[in-house]
Amino acid sequence: MTLLQSVFDALLGFALLWLAWQALASPDLFKGIVLFIAFGLLMALAWVRLDAPDIALAEAAIGAGLTGALLLAALARLDKSSWRGFGRTPVRPPEGNNRDVIHPSKRDTKSAHEKTRKPKPITENGKGQAAFCGLLVVSLSALAAGLGYAVLTLPSQAPGLSDSVAASLEASGVSNPVTAVLLNFRGYDTLLELGVLLLALFGVWSFGVVPERRESSPGPVLDRLSRLLIPWLILVAGYLLWVGAHAPGGAFQAGSVLAAAGVLWLLTGWRLDTRFSGWPLRIILVAGLGVFVVVAVVLILMGGRLLEYPPSFAAALILLIEAAATLSIGITLAALFLGSRPETGPQR
Amino acid sequence: MNPAFLYALVGVGLFTLGLYALIVHAHLLRKILAINVMASGVFLVLVALATRTQGAAPDPVPHAMVITGIVVAVSATALALALMLRVRAETGRAELAEEPLE
Repeated sequence: MTLLQSVFDALLGFALLWLAWQALASPDLFKGIVLFIAFGLLMALAWVRLDAPDIALAEAAIGAGLTGALLLAALARLDKSSWRGFGRTPVRPPEGNNRDVIHPSKRDTKSAHEKTRKPKPITENGKGQAAFCGLLVVSLSALAAGLGYAVLTLPSQAPGLSDSVAASLEASGVSNPVTAVLLNFRGYDTLLELGVLLLALFGVWSFGVVPERRESSPGPVLDRLSRLLIPWLILVAGYLLWVGAHAPGGAFQAGSVLAAAGVLWLLTGWRLDTRFSGWPLRIILVAGLGVFVVVAVVLILMGGRLLEYPPSFAAALILLIEAAATLSIGITLAALFLGSRPETGPQR
Repeated sequence: MNPAFLYALVGVGLFTLGLYALIVHAHLLRKILAINVMASGVFLVLVALATRTQGAAPDPVPHAMVITGIVVAVSATALALALMLRVRAETGRAELAEEPLE
């Protein structure tokens, strides 16, 4: 059994490295992204092998699912007519200057300043680039060897903080140690993380890439499938949120499943009604962070330290924060997928 | 070999692969993919080293950190993709200019 497991671990490790290499080196960007999604799914398997089912759930939903959807959506928006050619631009062409090698379909879209750019001496540049690549490979190999050595010299047994977590698990209000760390012992991290998520959305909205006006109707398969799947996804999100207190699951996993439902809904061409895309949407987006901050402030005013829950209320407070966070995470991630600020008000 | 160290070494390999791709590829979408692979490598090292608990349940603190990290990584990816689309809209290319634009 252990031999079988070792063989599986070795194969999985090799497959991860190979898929990562293929995803990054594939000449076709579309293929690269699909390989990256496969890489994310194998990462989820690796998390299961490492006894981390909470991370496996998050990785399968976010790492493989949502990141893949975001990448594919961005690729489609990059250039609808020539994105395949775009991806085939060689990384290190023989001329040594990759800025001059562009797929024919791209050539006429080059802007004026690029055409007036001074050409570099080709041969010298080619030699320089080869030398640079050689140096890069050598130094990165040295880096990998150094990091590998550092990892291998670590003690083979190190319980870390697991004993401290186990000792205070009683008072945390939940029995899943990962949820206890996320929402209680290190609640501060999660509070800031919700802030990061919100900031990313502000950033994406501020870049204001042209909102798409696509009114295509979904095919019958997508239409029926989304009608079947979305209620189930919402149910699964609720289950993951509830079960997170004592088993793998929690706000992030639930939020990402909710986001998957949102992405599927957006793919069918559904858009939020303009009546709800103003204040109502924004209130849901900040609800997670808002509830967290309100709880933190109230606890401080009651005389505690930052996010130090009284043990008798801990379970209820964690569930309250997680419920708000799930909703915010789900809607924020779906909004990130949409990419542009939803239109508001009847005047537009 | 101890599976903890096997996976940690795979993580180191992924980090280095990603760093190499980040440097040599000019296309911004490829750079974003490369950063994601680097992040996966870091997460793998963290979680692999969390299993060194003599058969007991692994250390939950790195697990929580990695879950936080995955969500931060997807936020950063979304922001980076929006930046890339903006660069593309402004310059017509999804690569960074080597000389400053005038």
